Amino acid sequence: MSLSKIFKTGLWNNNAVIKLLLGMCPTLAVTNSAINGLAMGLASTFVVLCSSSFVSVIRRIVPGGVRIPTYIVIIAGFVTLADFFLRAFFPAISKALGPYVPLIVVNCMIMGRAEAFASKNPILPSFVDAAGMGIGFTWVLVVLGSVREVLGNGSIFNFVFAPESVYTPWIIMILPAGAFISLGLMIGLINYFSMRKARAAQ
Amino acid sequence: MNLSARMIITLTVTALVVGGILTVFYKSVEPRIEHNRLEEEKKAIFAVLDGASAYDTISKDIALASGKKRTVRIFKGKDANGNIVGYAFVANGPGFAGIISMMVGLNVDKESLAGMKVLDQVETPGLGNKIVENKFTDQFKGLKIKPKIGYVKLKKPEQPTDIQAITGATISSVAVINAINNEVNVVLGILAEEGDGAAAVKAPEGK
Repeated sequence: MSLSKIFKTGLWNNNAVIKLLLGMCPTLAVTNSAINGLAMGLASTFVVLCSSSFVSVIRRIVPGGVRIPTYIVIIAGFVTLADFFLRAFFPAISKALGPYVPLIVVNCMIMGRAEAFASKNPILPSFVDAAGMGIGFTWVLVVLGSVREVLGNGSIFNFVFAPESVYTPWIIMILPAGAFISLGLMIGLINYFSMRKARAAQ
Repeated sequence: MNLSARMIITLTVTALVVGGILTVFYKSVEPRIEHNRLEEEKKAIFAVLDGASAYDTISKDIALASGKKRTVRIFKGKDANGNIVGYAFVANGPGFAGIISMMVGLNVDKESLAGMKVLDQVETPGLGNKIVENKFTDQFKGLKIKPKIGYVKLKKPEQPTDIQAITGATISSVAVINAINNEVNVVLGILAEEGDGAAAVKAPEGK
């Protein structure tokens, strides 16, 4: 498989959130605004890039019996780095994401790439795969965060275009229930159109 | 080398390397993290004490009912001429979804509040988290604290000690009031004990 194909797989066909349904916890929890979605997406992308490359480098020397704990230690290390970095340089974002930054450790998308791809492939494809997966994860979080912020708060990326005097926000959209509703509708729509496309191609 | 030895060595080495990298990185960013925390505290103190341009910190350990000790910090705000303009302190209390933490300003007469700012909260977005909005927090400016702060619902407060609770978020509103009432008592006790300005520790960050 060519590098560009590996990259594109993560963006759409094997997108972690909308196709593989991995990493649901951060997806549902932090997408109450576009900026939070973007920050979580970028932090996760950083972690998956670093951990996939690292796992790929040491793939031949890690005994199979301890590979999962080893990957977890590596992922946890990079997550903690990202956490320190956000706390030192972007305290506001760090505060908004709260406990969800340390919880990137248990994002199945990252563990999944280490186990399913990086542990079996050389470093360059592993890096490209992680980049595709990370960016694929990020765009879904940004779209979801934007939809919820627009409907639930009348703003996008903290820019208020519909103040409360002209638009009554659907508060439910920024509550947990809104996360399930919008993610469910988004995945449903995407599946509906891909099925229609597949049927038309037959 | 047998397999279990290889497994032990792999995990140990990985943990040591990762731990080492983290230690070095943390050491290099720690001053910045601490700086951010202090900046935030400083901003909050000046936000709740109008006219303050510097502050001293009074630290005092008080005994809790459980036998443990708790350190209460009171920030004595001063204006440019060194006159005391009020006292700020942090009040914490359980809210609807988690701990609500606030910076509270007390006027120098110790009869009313100078202001309030929420530092940390995880209340429900759109309902309980309205406690951070000025519309709610401005009510605490000049609010009388004796005998204690209360609240009314859906109408303008008539008593000088009352605020109007947020519609649909009474629990969060009451949590704020309870936390402030409790901490005000503690702080008034300490201030009465210390006398004005006695045993004040000069804080290096208070510029």
